[in-house]
Amino acid sequence: MPMKDKSPLLEMTGVSKVFQREILNIESLALQEGLIYGVIGPSGAGKSTLLRIINLLTPPTQGTYHFMGEVVQRESDRERLKFQREMALVFQKTLLFRESVWHNIAFGLKARKIPRRDVEKRVDELLAYLGMEDLAHRRGDTLSGGEAQRVAIARAVAFEPKLLLLDEPTANLDPRNVALIEDMIQGMSRDKGITVVMVTHNVFQARRVSDQVIFIDEGRIVEIGPVDRVFSPEAHRKTRAYVQGKMIY
Amino acid sequence: MSQIGEGILEAIRMIVTLNPDLIKIVGLSLWVSLSAIVIATILGVLLGTWLGLKSEKKTRFINKLIFTLMGMPPVVAGLIIYLILSRQGPLGVLGLLYTPGAMIIAQVFLALPIITGLTMVGIRARGKVIEETARSLGADSRLAAWTVVKESRMAILGAVITGFGRVVAEVGAVMMVGGNIDGRTRVMTTAIVLETRKGNFELAIGLGMILLSLSFFVNSVLYTIQKGGDAHEG
Repeated sequence: MPMKDKSPLLEMTGVSKVFQREILNIESLALQEGLIYGVIGPSGAGKSTLLRIINLLTPPTQGTYHFMGEVVQRESDRERLKFQREMALVFQKTLLFRESVWHNIAFGLKARKIPRRDVEKRVDELLAYLGMEDLAHRRGDTLSGGEAQRVAIARAVAFEPKLLLLDEPTANLDPRNVALIEDMIQGMSRDKGITVVMVTHNVFQARRVSDQVIFIDEGRIVEIGPVDRVFSPEAHRKTRAYVQGKMIY
Repeated sequence: MSQIGEGILEAIRMIVTLNPDLIKIVGLSLWVSLSAIVIATILGVLLGTWLGLKSEKKTRFINKLIFTLMGMPPVVAGLIIYLILSRQGPLGVLGLLYTPGAMIIAQVFLALPIITGLTMVGIRARGKVIEETARSLGADSRLAAWTVVKESRMAILGAVITGFGRVVAEVGAVMMVGGNIDGRTRVMTTAIVLETRKGNFELAIGLGMILLSLSFFVNSVLYTIQKGGDAHEG
């Protein structure tokens, strides 16, 4: 099990994003290694923007953050890559490259210039670990939505990132695929010690899968805490209203 | 009617017997057009990818310019290249006027906006998503751009084929800068014009049939490749 009392894997203070209006304003956020964070909140609350800022795809208007104890630099391609290669983001709308599942999963390893023999070994091992060997030679465009999403997650964890960012990983999937993906996320966190930040609209999923829940509303973190507390009567009144479906937005 | 029928029969005979005049003209046409398309593809794909990944707001003027040049009449392109390569022109010292080199330059000038514009449109549709997916998996700028090109290959292929169709069939520009000199700069289209004027329909029809066959072959290849589909969004 990963240590949970070390310095945070990611620390964010005073990070904001303004695009015509203020989309995000994070006063303080600390993510501990090895935990699964469920990010919930109304549509347009800034959840996806938070993931994009962490993954260095969107520059914040103000502020920066620490990752693995270092200030994240984004000025040069080399600096950006140094941090970006320690994390992975799976988008809500998955895009698989026009290649076999095997080659899709190998993409991140090849990008890191890992020797070919090691790439082959690691992809084969991962496919076996996830029970996806039968998909290895299928092309991306022949997969169902659930299979494609599982491949996208496998592709993101193949290089064992420190931080896995998931944006609505089970949106529009049937219950069986939802269960498969939730098992996959929990297994990755448990067995590989990967820290996961998962944006979801499904509060029940956040409760099932997460160790900690972050509730964001109007770009600000209203509450962050263990599942038991966030889903209890002691939670912030806005959080309670949201999880009970009473929030009007 | 019988003149057309006889012309077609004679044209078939010339093709089957590999008539030397016909072969020379077809060979030069292919050499000029393929050279032009290779150069225009390298430049156009690079430029189109760069523009396609930029926000549309930032490239609005360049977009309008490229779309205007896409429809540029070949004679205007020919006139511009003629003036540049003529003895008094800025590149007159190169002595390229009335050579296959001048014809290649004119055809690059015609194909480049088409390949750039269509590549840009194809990449703008999905390039950003592909680029961000690659970056989120740890790709550096070069690999991310290469992935965008690779994943947009259907759109790029379509752009190249359209560019090729444009240059292989055009007559105005190559006539102006090439001069239609027998054995040196005479290509299929300029030969068709000349032979028709002379009433020598057999060679004109034969060249026309080869042009059409080439177009059919190229489009068949494109159709077959496009059946492979595009990148998948699940």
